[in-house]
Amino acid sequence: MARDATLVKPKPKTESWKHALQAHKWLYIMIIPGVLYMVIFNYLPMGGLVMAFQNFSPYNGDSIIGAFIQSPFAGLDVFKKLFTGPDFFMLLRNTLSISITSLIFFFPAPIILALFLNEIKSTAYKRLSQTLVYIPHFISIVITAALTAQLFSTTDGIVYHWLVQIFGKANAPDIMSNPNLFVPMIVGQNIWKETGYGTIVFLAALSGVDVQLYEAAEVDGANRWQKMWHITLPAIKGTIIIMLILKVGSILSTGYEQIFLMQNSMNRSVSDVFDTYIYTKGVINGNYSLATATGLFKSIVSMIMVLGANKIAKLFGESGFY
Amino acid sequence: MAVTKSMKIKRSPGDQLVQVIIYLVVGLFALVTVLPFIYVIAGSFATERELTERAFFLIPKTISFNAYQYIFKTGDAIRGLGNSIYVTVVGVIINMVFSCTLAYPLSRPYFKGRKFFTNMVIVTMLFSGGMIPSYMLIANVLHLKNSFWALWLPGAINPFNMIIIKNYFQGLPAELEEAARIDGCHDFQIFLKIILPTSKPVLASVSLFYAVTHWNSYFNAMMYISDKSKEVIQIVLRRIVFLTSSVAMDSGFDWGVFGTPPEKAVKMATTVVATIPILLIYPFVQKYFTQGVMVGSVKG
Repeated sequence: MARDATLVKPKPKTESWKHALQAHKWLYIMIIPGVLYMVIFNYLPMGGLVMAFQNFSPYNGDSIIGAFIQSPFAGLDVFKKLFTGPDFFMLLRNTLSISITSLIFFFPAPIILALFLNEIKSTAYKRLSQTLVYIPHFISIVITAALTAQLFSTTDGIVYHWLVQIFGKANAPDIMSNPNLFVPMIVGQNIWKETGYGTIVFLAALSGVDVQLYEAAEVDGANRWQKMWHITLPAIKGTIIIMLILKVGSILSTGYEQIFLMQNSMNRSVSDVFDTYIYTKGVINGNYSLATATGLFKSIVSMIMVLGANKIAKLFGESGFY
Repeated sequence: MAVTKSMKIKRSPGDQLVQVIIYLVVGLFALVTVLPFIYVIAGSFATERELTERAFFLIPKTISFNAYQYIFKTGDAIRGLGNSIYVTVVGVIINMVFSCTLAYPLSRPYFKGRKFFTNMVIVTMLFSGGMIPSYMLIANVLHLKNSFWALWLPGAINPFNMIIIKNYFQGLPAELEEAARIDGCHDFQIFLKIILPTSKPVLASVSLFYAVTHWNSYFNAMMYISDKSKEVIQIVLRRIVFLTSSVAMDSGFDWGVFGTPPEKAVKMATTVVATIPILLIYPFVQKYFTQGVMVGSVKG
């Protein structure tokens, strides 16, 4: 058929590159911007990781490339300095305490809210609640921080004012500066901001459940918990596992935007995490090698965590992340 | 019908109580998410005196526009808004051009090299050079400090968003393309004339994801932009709420009958100014967000 000459059927084994380039010239032209972008902004910085194995200074050599060439090779010295340095244990403790607390309290929150929303029969009530709880997701972390500061400020914060009335002046929690309350504050902000939006993926999975399953279960006399346990939870199990893999992969990434905003001189002992450390050491203090090494350590750990979690999910017969 | 009848099986009192609790918990959570906004909006229109004297209110007794007057007078927040709108609009165009042109070839089964390029994307999702090499690239190699390009280029393609688009393209019926090919269209024409117009829902969703990212991002702006005339709204907000301990006692400003500079109200009003654009468009675009997440959650 004449059509086959233009409509190239997939024959990857036999089709030559020359033929592919001729037949689909435009696809190869189209992909150029994207590939260039990835090479420059994703792959080129990976080359910059060489700084982690150097005593890098941008003032070595007369150009930035010269600086890479002329900076002395340091082997694993920078890592040694990082792991044995006084900050490492503190950073690890602070980072893990935020991410583990968040794994325990923040991770299940959208699942629970989705299960609750799923139980609501009134469409109007459900839709209104959904509209409202999604809102904070679209608000920047600066605004979240600003709201926290305005509501919990010890001088004029309205929530602090209530807390004083409930607990008394001496016991009212000052979350903005009490180091013990830093982690709950960060996790609490995340729960407030992202729980609602996080329900969408689970509700999407639940929308695929055949209503007849619930009806059949009801006929068989199943109660609410039995239906939840045997119908609803299995329907979102795959989604939960994928979200968990992603979460586990970011165990060392607490993000810097939020922490940076909530950090102050009073809570620094608990609020310095790997991400803020990298920014402060690298961008502010210009200690590029140490900051890059910290970043590389983080990247490697998170890659191992994602691949490991994915593997475990597959061992248990789940489809995993990819 | 037996099925509908079975749905009317009587609930036990305990079960009804659970139902009530579920409604209450969901309602309470929804309330907690919106109350801060309402309080801050109300507060931004209140006088400083009322803000210090009354514990909590959703409607101020005396409506005052002092805070907004101050904001307009100093101009920072308004300029920040303008910059943010500019950064967001141009940024989203760049995002969409880069993401769609990458997504389309990757979505075609007959695209030779597809696997290689797809893996190239997946690697960037699993591993990255981290903050410092990227910072050096932008600041020292490309010299983009104090340029909006520093905000546009680094995140031009978000792999997750790109994959959402790619999956959508993949799901389009092949007949669409075949018909155009018989008419003599080449790949790029098919992409422009057939694929993009039929993909409007996903393009809307992903554009909004990108728009929210641009509008809300402050860290890159903080790292790369020091020129005050290029401050985005989030930076202005952070400065006014966290860094300024008191609003300047601007002697050239007439505070009218309410007297004192409304420091607290100014903070609230700036928060409102930074939030309002999102809240205004949110009801109209909400469905695209949920739609996008749903498309994205279907694995491809």
